[in-house]
Amino acid sequence: MSAKPVFMTYTKGDVVNFVVLMALAFLVIPSIVETDYWYTSILIPWLCLALAAIGQQIVMGYTGQLSLGAAGFMAAGAFACFNFILRVPDIPFFVALGLSGLVAAGFGILFGLPSLRVRGIYLMVATLASQFFIIWMIDKFGWFKNYDTSGIITAQDIVIFGHAFTSPMEMFFVVVVVVTVLTLLAMNMARGSTGRNWMAVRDMDIAAESMGISLLRTKLQAFAISAFYCGVAGALFAFTYLKSLEPVAFDIKLSFEILFMVILGGLGTINGAFIGAAFILLFPVVLNSVGNNLFHGAIDATIISSIEQVVFGVLIIVFMIYEPLGMAKLWDNIKQRFLRSRSLRNEVPRDHKGLSKQES
Amino acid sequence: MQAERSFPIGAPILELSNISLSFGGVRAITGTSFKVLQHEIRAIIGPNGAGKSSMLNCINGIYKPQEGTVAFKGQVLEKINPNFIARKGISRTFQNLALFKRMSVLDNILVGRRLHMNANFLEVAFQLPKARREEKENREKSEEIVEFLEIEDIRDTAVGKLPYGLQKKVELGRALATEAEVLLLDEPMAGMNVEEKREMCRFILKVNDELGTTMVLIEHDMGVVMDISDSVVVLDYGKVIADGPPEDVRSNQNVIDAYLGVAHD
Amino acid sequence: MTEFLFFIEVLVGGLLAGTMYSLVALGFVLIYKASSTFNFAQGAMVFFAVLAFVGLMELGLSFPLAFIATIFLMFLVGLGTERLVLEPLMNQSEDTLLMATIGLGFVLEGLAQAAWGVEVRRLDLGIGDFPIPWIVDNLGLFISALDLTAGAVATVMIVGLALLFKYTKMGLGLRAVADDPGAASSIGIPLKNIMLMVWTAAGIVALIAGMMWGARAGVQFALVDLALKALPVLIIGGFSSIPGAIVGGLIIGATEKILEVYVGPFFGGAIEGWAPYVLAIFFLLYRPEGLFGEKIIRRV
Repeated sequence: MSAKPVFMTYTKGDVVNFVVLMALAFLVIPSIVETDYWYTSILIPWLCLALAAIGQQIVMGYTGQLSLGAAGFMAAGAFACFNFILRVPDIPFFVALGLSGLVAAGFGILFGLPSLRVRGIYLMVATLASQFFIIWMIDKFGWFKNYDTSGIITAQDIVIFGHAFTSPMEMFFVVVVVVTVLTLLAMNMARGSTGRNWMAVRDMDIAAESMGISLLRTKLQAFAISAFYCGVAGALFAFTYLKSLEPVAFDIKLSFEILFMVILGGLGTINGAFIGAAFILLFPVVLNSVGNNLFHGAIDATIISSIEQVVFGVLIIVFMIYEPLGMAKLWDNIKQRFLRSRSLRNEVPRDHKGLSKQES
Repeated sequence: MQAERSFPIGAPILELSNISLSFGGVRAITGTSFKVLQHEIRAIIGPNGAGKSSMLNCINGIYKPQEGTVAFKGQVLEKINPNFIARKGISRTFQNLALFKRMSVLDNILVGRRLHMNANFLEVAFQLPKARREEKENREKSEEIVEFLEIEDIRDTAVGKLPYGLQKKVELGRALATEAEVLLLDEPMAGMNVEEKREMCRFILKVNDELGTTMVLIEHDMGVVMDISDSVVVLDYGKVIADGPPEDVRSNQNVIDAYLGVAHD
Repeated sequence: MTEFLFFIEVLVGGLLAGTMYSLVALGFVLIYKASSTFNFAQGAMVFFAVLAFVGLMELGLSFPLAFIATIFLMFLVGLGTERLVLEPLMNQSEDTLLMATIGLGFVLEGLAQAAWGVEVRRLDLGIGDFPIPWIVDNLGLFISALDLTAGAVATVMIVGLALLFKYTKMGLGLRAVADDPGAASSIGIPLKNIMLMVWTAAGIVALIAGMMWGARAGVQFALVDLALKALPVLIIGGFSSIPGAIVGGLIIGATEKILEVYVGPFFGGAIEGWAPYVLAIFFLLYRPEGLFGEKIIRRV
């Protein structure tokens, strides 16, 4: 039996399961989901935000560095992608995407530097600097926006091998491929020596250092990889979901949302990033439709968004008190209970068979 | 006692010269010098607050002494940080347990294998042959340590959930995993019962005998110290008050005074 | 000469505006001193308090009555926080508590908006946000009456709180609790009551800070973002120092104004948005414990 007493660790089996799941999504979803709404409003933003949340997990959940700058790195990635496609003729989309991630990673290293001296809320304030600085920079220097005066620029079409991926379903395919590959790599890092180094730094930095782990390299590596994920996620988010680029879309509110995704989803887990992103994205949708259908619009939209805020806040407190490992842990508990009850049911008859065989 | 050792005690491997350390205005160590010989088990004893742990922290680079030098294999350690010193071949355990609490026992020990794993993050992410090979090799090595310490049944448990005695054992395991030439053990038997202490002694002696690892250990239990150490250095108020084989130290008047609390002048 | 006068004007304006940051930071420091908790929700408390105050006035309560009612409300917030958030999270790590207070901040912001709506409200304290003629005539400086009032209020509050800490029984108990909660409660200091008082005090500070901010910028959600600037203030001053909150506020206020006026134009302006944070980073690299904080020695 592959019991996993430390539920945050991943095995090869988990990686295989994930790939199977994503392949199924790739094959099955197009045949059952026909309305564009599901692609454009749910599936695409969910996967993009989950990818950003994985970035946040790497730096915060795995390496224990409190960061509140995810949206800034996403903006860096999004605008970098726009400019690469704009200024480098015939650049393949995936190359542009990868380079955008690298640009964001550069910012990640720069603003991760304070982590060498400070932690906790101090570090959080330092990462706020990146959030505000990056958005300001994009806003103030026209070059990043190709001197567009309207403030909102349209993202280019995604062209891969001459084919423009413009329909929602096509864009969904692009997103699924990128998110699958990057999640796979993240899982490999998390379960390998890279992830162990991160977690060692998170759990007890002095001991980690005494085992020959360089705090400098490990922390900056985590910041860089985290920002890379956020950068790619930001570019995907802009090109497939927003379809436009405006710095405001990446303001501090989005950074908070991504922070909430990992806290509620479960710190230090990859699947927590997906669960948390789904919750933060879907809860308002559900709340809105409840508001519209049950009360026929009698409740003001601003009140609904206020309720949403209260619920997120309450949930964070409740999870901190009762289950700091978040929804991923709840999900794991349910799974374990299900497995256990099933294996119990299976075991009893098997024993009987064994006995009866011996007797006969 | 030990008629023949597979690794006879050799030349000095660690030389501490004239170490002084203070925090703010408080002196923890004052001009202390002593040597540790290769392959020996060296005990540091002394009353509470004598500067024993600070001494280990100076050797391992966590504290930076204001004066004095630490030489390892005849060379003065030029950089004073734990990472650099770990790479030189000195590993340790901590007085108040410094384990990675949310990681499993096996993963803790695997972190101890850090310096034997060189694959970079890209090789790990893409699971290239090098990363896969070294992961497999080091996992096997770690499993061996788990077996050696007889903690197979808890290998997958999160360390934070284990009782104190077991955590001490895991920490020893993590230090062993480094295969360092010198192990600094800060009260490896604190809080253990007689049975557990005896077991721990067995492990320490076995490692010393089979691998020739030099040990520097801080211990309060005099019985244990007398039993397993080759030589003892006694600290009091940050100064060396006696240094020599256990039987000499035991009968040293300064040591007796320090432990019985004769007034200092 | 006018150049120089203009510089003085910018500097004084910045310093006075900085006292507004100090007011927010002060609430932070109170709670940190008493319980070593970074209360991320302090900014939300500012918003919550002043919105409630304005809302109650709209309902017809007089100024003093609304003031007292809001203080009572902040007492309830403190009580709720103490019982429902802090008590269950006792002995948890600093990071856990910080995240919980981020949650608390969202709860307060959401509740405030659900109760009073989201439109921007004007708050008239009867103090104009325009230059005082006397100063303009005699010194040639344009200094706002509101800034001056905020500066005076901040000074009074700091002196008051410092005296409270130093000379009252509550202050003594508070210092004891801050030093060692376990030991303090074992000698009969009522831990819970002290925490409650501290949270209420932080609530009152939040209300006053909110009134100052609200009078200048309107009572609106943007106050929460402004309050975020208390964080760099705290980093510069040190989280546990009342004078630090003031000096930090002055430094941030003055620097961001001077940078905005003299350096901003070269970069298209609006560098106020990030300058305080970058300044805080430099402080972190140079002096992580802040100007007035105690040096942290990590023991192993």
